[in-house]
Amino acid sequence: MCAVTIHSETLTEPKSSGYEPGVNDFAMMVATKNGSGSQTSNEVLIRSLFRMGIPVSGKNLFPSNIKGLPTWYTIRASKDGYIARRATTEVAITFNQDTAAEDVQNLPPGGICILPQEWKWTHSRDDIIYYEVPVKPIIAESNIPKDFQDRIGNMVYVGAVAYLFDIPLDIIEQALLDTFNGKQKPAAMNFGVVQRAYDWSRENLEKKHSLRFEKMDGTKGKLLMTGNEAAALGSLFGGLTVAAWYPITPSTSLIDAVMEHKGIRKDPDTGQDTVAIIQAEDELAAMGMIVGAGWAGARAMTATSGPGISLMAEFAGLAYFAEIPCVIWDVTRIGPSTGLPTRTGQCDLLFLHFLSHGDTRQVVIIPANVAECFEFGWRAFDIAERLQTPVFVMSDLDLGMNLWLSDPYTYPDTPMDRGKTLDKEKLEQFFAERGEWYRYRDYDGDGIPYRTVPGTDHPRAAYFTRGTGHDDRAVYSERSEDWVKNMDRLRRKLENARSFLPQPIIDYDPNKKIGIISYGSNDPAIAEARDRLAAAGIETNYLRIRALPLAHEVHDFVMNHDRVYVVENNFDGQMHQILRMELPQDTTHMISLALGDTLPMTARWIHTQILRQEQE
Amino acid sequence: MANALGLERAEYRGAPSTLCPGCGHDSISNQIISAAYDLSLPMHRVAKFSGIGCSSKTPAYFLGRSHGFNAVHGRMPSVVTGAVTANRDLIALAVSGDGDTGSIGLGQFKHIIRRNVPMVYIIENNGVYGLTKGQFSATADEGQQLKYYGKNELPPIDLCMEAIIGGATFVARSFSGDAKQVQTLLKAAISHKGTAVLDIISPCVTFNNAETSTKSYSYGKANEIPLHEIEFIAGGYVPEREEITIGDYAEGETIAVEMHDGSVIRLKKLGKDHDPRNRLAALSLLEEAQMDQIFLTGLIYYEEPRMTLAETLNLTDTPLTQLPEHKLRPSRETLDELMQRFM
Repeated sequence: MCAVTIHSETLTEPKSSGYEPGVNDFAMMVATKNGSGSQTSNEVLIRSLFRMGIPVSGKNLFPSNIKGLPTWYTIRASKDGYIARRATTEVAITFNQDTAAEDVQNLPPGGICILPQEWKWTHSRDDIIYYEVPVKPIIAESNIPKDFQDRIGNMVYVGAVAYLFDIPLDIIEQALLDTFNGKQKPAAMNFGVVQRAYDWSRENLEKKHSLRFEKMDGTKGKLLMTGNEAAALGSLFGGLTVAAWYPITPSTSLIDAVMEHKGIRKDPDTGQDTVAIIQAEDELAAMGMIVGAGWAGARAMTATSGPGISLMAEFAGLAYFAEIPCVIWDVTRIGPSTGLPTRTGQCDLLFLHFLSHGDTRQVVIIPANVAECFEFGWRAFDIAERLQTPVFVMSDLDLGMNLWLSDPYTYPDTPMDRGKTLDKEKLEQFFAERGEWYRYRDYDGDGIPYRTVPGTDHPRAAYFTRGTGHDDRAVYSERSEDWVKNMDRLRRKLENARSFLPQPIIDYDPNKKIGIISYGSNDPAIAEARDRLAAAGIETNYLRIRALPLAHEVHDFVMNHDRVYVVENNFDGQMHQILRMELPQDTTHMISLALGDTLPMTARWIHTQILRQEQE
Repeated sequence: MANALGLERAEYRGAPSTLCPGCGHDSISNQIISAAYDLSLPMHRVAKFSGIGCSSKTPAYFLGRSHGFNAVHGRMPSVVTGAVTANRDLIALAVSGDGDTGSIGLGQFKHIIRRNVPMVYIIENNGVYGLTKGQFSATADEGQQLKYYGKNELPPIDLCMEAIIGGATFVARSFSGDAKQVQTLLKAAISHKGTAVLDIISPCVTFNNAETSTKSYSYGKANEIPLHEIEFIAGGYVPEREEITIGDYAEGETIAVEMHDGSVIRLKKLGKDHDPRNRLAALSLLEEAQMDQIFLTGLIYYEEPRMTLAETLNLTDTPLTQLPEHKLRPSRETLDELMQRFM
C-alpha cells in the first residue's frame, strides 16, 4: 500500500448522525447572528451541563465579522467523556432566519428544532419535532432596559432548553453568575428572561421527545477553560516578564488573559508589576521586542497566528542563529494569506519548523489539551533558556478559543531552568576553572554554549551578538571552516533536543499492528475514533507527537506497525511529510490522513477513513 | 589619565574599524568613546544596538566591554525596547543609518519615540546606501546626482522633523566633522531620560562626497550653521533622574540646562534666534533650512521628558531580569485558588 493523502469528505457527511443518542449523550447546535449575545447564552448552557457533572464541549463556528453574519455553536454532552466536535446534532436551535432553512435540513430524522414562534415558519419536514417559543413577547414582558433588549433574546432559548431537556433552573442561575464573573446585576437580568421562557415552555409545550439531561459525576475535579487562558496562566507561572504582541485572531485572547491575570504577579512589596505587556506596532516589532528581552535575560513571549508568523520570520532566523531564548505561541488559523481567520487548522507546522531563510530548524512544541497549554506555558521558557533558541508553541483556534473540559493543572514540578547563563559569580568561577569563556564554544559537547546577559558586572562578560557569520568567540568571520563548525554545533544542539523536548504520549500494545500518529487538538477525536474502530474489530496503537524535532521513539513506533495512519488537520499532510523526511527507511506503510476542512476534527471522519482503508 | 572609575580612555575602545578610511562614522565612534570615558560610564551597564548597514557595524568599534547587538535591518528599535524593558538599568546606545532609520525602519523609529524608551538614537546620515554600493536613501537631497543611479527626483525625509512630530523630547543634529559639538550633544543625550535622537551628518567618502551634496565634507564645513554654542559640563554619570526645566531666556543670553546627572549644557543664542522648547519654531526652522539646503546643528528641540515606557508600564524598580524566582512564580495556593474559579 502506498502513502496517499486523503482530503476532506466531511462537508457532505451523511445526514444520519451516526450516533445513538440518549440521556446525557446528544448534541445541540445553536444558530444565531454574530453579535446578538448568543455567546453568553451558549456559555451558560455549557456551564450548566458542566455543573450538572456531564462531560461537555463547545465548538464555536463564528464568522470574521463584528455583527450580523451567521454563527453556529455546537454543544455536545457525552456521558462517556467524548469531547470532540460532532458534525451533526440531534437538536438545532435555529434563531437565525438567514440560515434556518439549511439548519433544519441538516437535522437527522427524529431531530428537534427550536425556533421563534413569531417567524410563523412553515414546517418543511415531518420527520423532526418542532418547538416554537415566542421570543419577542417574552422579552417585551421582561421589562428589560431598551439598550439590552437586542442582546438578551437568546436567553429565551436557554429557558426553553432548560425546560425541554431538564436543566434545573438553580444551576442555570449559578452558571449565569459564573459567566458574568460573579456580577449579580446582569446575571439577575438575564435570569429573569430565562425564568419567563422556562415558565412559558412548561405551560405551553408538550414534550414529544425523550432526550434529556440528568445530573451525573463526570466533571468532578475538572476545569472548563480555553487553551488560550490556560497558556496565559502557564506563562505567568513560568516567570514571563516581557510579553509583546500585536492583535490577531485567534491569539488575542491569550494576551488578554495575561492582562486579566497579571495581578497574581504583582510585587507584594511595592505593588509594581513584574510583567511588562507591550502592544507593538506590528508583529515584526513584537518579535523584535521579545528577542531583545530574551537577549537581556527576560522570559519573553509573544502570541500570534499565521500571518504574524510570516512577519516574524526574519527575527526568528536571527534568534535561532544568535541563540536567543524566546517563546512564540502560534494559535493557528487556516489558509495562506488572510485565509479564514476564524476557522481552525494545523497548517503552520512545516512553516514553523523551518521558519526563516537559511538552514534553520526551529523547535516546535504542540499541546493537545488545556492542561498541556498550561504546562507548555511555563515549560516553554525552560526549554528556550536551556537550548538558547526560540521555542514555538503550536496551538490552534479550536484549542485556544473554545471551552474544553480539562484535568486540573499540575504545579510546575521543577525550579525554573535558566539554562547555561553565567552571572558574575559563575563567570568568575568559569574563568577560574577553564581560563577562558567564549560565547559560542561548545564546552560540554552538547552543542549548547554558555551565555551572559548585559548588565553583568564583570570586565569580560561582554560579547557582540550578531546575525552575521561568527566564530565560537562571537567574532565576525567569513571563514568557511568557522561557518561549518558553527552550523555543526547548532545541528548537534538540535539533535540532543530530541530526547530533551516533551516526549510523545504512546499507547502501545505489541500485538496490535495498526498505529495512529497525530498531534495537537485532534486528540479527543482520535480517542473516540479508536474506541469506535475497536468496536468494529480494528485495534489500534496511538502515538501523539508533542515536539519537533521528533523524538527517537517516533521512529520505532512507525517501524513496529504494518500500517501507520498519520492523522492531521491540514491540507498537505505536513507531519506526514516531516516523518517521511526524517525516517530513512521505507515508509510506504505510512498513510496520510490529512483533513484541512477548516473545522475541528470529528471522530467520525477518522473512523470512516481508517475503516475504508482497512477494508480495501 | 584615569576617569572616575579608574579607567583609561583606551579601555573604552572596541575592535579596529573596517570602514573606509576617512569615513565620518569612525569619527563619531571616537566621540562616543570620549563621551563615555569623560562621563565615566560603567561599561557593563551600557548596551549597544544597531540595525544593518555601514553605520550599524560601528558598535563593534567602541566600548568593547559592553554587550552589543547587531540586529536586523530597520528593526533595532524593537530590540532596544525589549532589552530596556527587561532591564531598566541598561544605558542603551544605538547607532543606525539613514537607510536603516529613514526607509526600512521608519515605522519602528516613530514608535520607539512614541513610547519614550530611554536611549540614545544616533543616525549616521550620509544620504546614501554604502554597503550595497551607492543607492539613494530617503534622506538624499532632491536633485542630487549619483554615479550609477542618476538624479534623485524625490524630496528628502528630514529625520529630525519626523522625530519632533513623533513626540521625541530630545532632538539634535550635528556634523561628524565637528568633534566638539558631537561629543557635547552625545553627553547631553546620554544624560537624557527618554529617547534622545541625534541625527549626525556623516559624509560617505566613497559614494556620496561630491561637493554638490549637502552630505559631503566640503558642503558640511561650509554650510553648517550651529544653532547655539553648546557647552557640556560633565558631572560624572549618575543615574538618578529628575525633571529638567529650562526657564525663559532672552536673545543673546546664554542659558544653562542641567541634565539628569547634574551635568549642564549651556545654550547660547546666536544670530539665529531659536528656543529649543518651542516645537513649532523647531519645525519651522527645519523647514526653512531644508528649503535653503543648509543644516542647522545643535539641540533643535528639547522638552521635559514624559514618562518612560518602564514607568508607563509600572514596572518594578528592580530590573525584571534581576527578580528572584519567588517573585516570578506565584505560589501553589494561588494556582489552586485560580483553578477553583474554573471548576
